[in-house]
Amino acid sequence: MSSKTINLTLKVWRQNRKNPAGDLETYQANDISTDMSFLEMIDVVNEQLTEQGIEPIAFDHDCREGICGMCGAVVNGRAHGHMPETTLCQLHMRHFKDGNTIVIEPWRATAFPVVKDLVVDRGALDKIIQAGGYISVNAGGAQDGNTIPVPKENAEKAFNAAACIGCGACVAACPNASAMLFTGAKISHLALLPQGKPGAKRRALSMVRAMDELGFGNCSNEAECEAECPKGISITEIARMNREFIKAAFS
Amino acid sequence: MNWFIENISTAIGKKLLMAVTGLGFVGFIFVHLVGNLNFYFGKEVFLKYVETLHKLDPLIFVAELVLLGLAVIHVSTGTLLFFQNLRARKTRYAVNKSAGGRTIGSRTMPYTGFFILLFVILHLFQFHFIDRSQMTPYDAAVNTFGNIGFALVYIVAVILVALHIRHGFWSLFQSLGLNHEKYMPLIQTVGIIFAVAIAVGFAFVPIYIRAVI
Ligand code: FES
Repeated sequence: MSSKTINLTLKVWRQNRKNPAGDLETYQANDISTDMSFLEMIDVVNEQLTEQGIEPIAFDHDCREGICGMCGAVVNGRAHGHMPETTLCQLHMRHFKDGNTIVIEPWRATAFPVVKDLVVDRGALDKIIQAGGYISVNAGGAQDGNTIPVPKENAEKAFNAAACIGCGACVAACPNASAMLFTGAKISHLALLPQGKPGAKRRALSMVRAMDELGFGNCSNEAECEAECPKGISITEIARMNREFIKAAFS
Repeated sequence: MNWFIENISTAIGKKLLMAVTGLGFVGFIFVHLVGNLNFYFGKEVFLKYVETLHKLDPLIFVAELVLLGLAVIHVSTGTLLFFQNLRARKTRYAVNKSAGGRTIGSRTMPYTGFFILLFVILHLFQFHFIDRSQMTPYDAAVNTFGNIGFALVYIVAVILVALHIRHGFWSLFQSLGLNHEKYMPLIQTVGIIFAVAIAVGFAFVPIYIRAVI
């Protein structure tokens, strides 16, 4: 397949110390290969900006293979762009057409303050984990494999929930900026496994409280998170968290 | 009691409050619809139904108090959620598109809820707080819906109720933790059928009155 090139107009959110309120700036992205990823496209634009003496666009990224959860921006109103189950680094420019205008904004949530341009502080998600998203085990020699039997079905469900990479797209896509899909996935993947059972009640209560204290919104079952999650995590994880919470709070 | 208040005021606690009170209203509106169907059988049948209802009076009074309690919880929690959720995203997106999760029902939930509240107040004054020695509920309906304006307000209101149920029905199961790949499609379908039944069942009363009586 021969590679094509396209020309795009970008409207990018720029915000820094000199421009603390932030605004959308317009740039031209010319001769973009359709084989590039979205982040590579921004790299190219940044090189041009640097040559022109303009500060390059700041954005988060790390693995660039869809597994670390560092990247993410709202592209034309959609978290990680319009392709299903795709992180921004895995979104390819072949999904855009020559002459398209692309609006790029950071995740918007009060709990995710903008650090610079497209970079937001997602430390709030770490704080939810710190509140209970772990298990406690005695240190010592590693246990033999398979000494604790786990039914295959549970293992698979736990794995589906554990696929969460913590990118924050669920919060960004939620009309209420709620972190329920993230928290639901984290509570679920531990609650489904025997190792997670002892601390399940305390975990459900403290993680849900942390989520509230950090300023995330309340879930109203809009299901936008599940439609936007790059790992295809389902709102059944939220339902499971609700069950875990009910068990912990009222029994 | 402290632990209860603390847990019920979390994000999940609030959605449980909305779900449980919402379930109460789903039950109520279903009974209300079934009762109203008597209207299509003429004045006598309808008044007999009203009479039977009043024979249960102490029970009805308790039911009214319960409904009032549910309404206070549902409306105040809903209002709180609305404002908290606005605060959770202070800067809005310049471009915002749905990924396909939301429905027209879910999008409009707080707004349909607000108009339903206004409508319920009007509705109570038109049909509940009437002087029954002067007017039977049957005549109240015929008189009220003789006014085209009130008939239209009523029809629009029941459509808003149906929209609210469209999202509220499946949503309450999800909130209570009852979401399973196997049953959710069925719950979703039942919710839509229920919403349509409510809209059609209620909206036809004024149409019937204006066309037939
Ligand atoms: S950069 Fe790691 S998931 Fe996109």
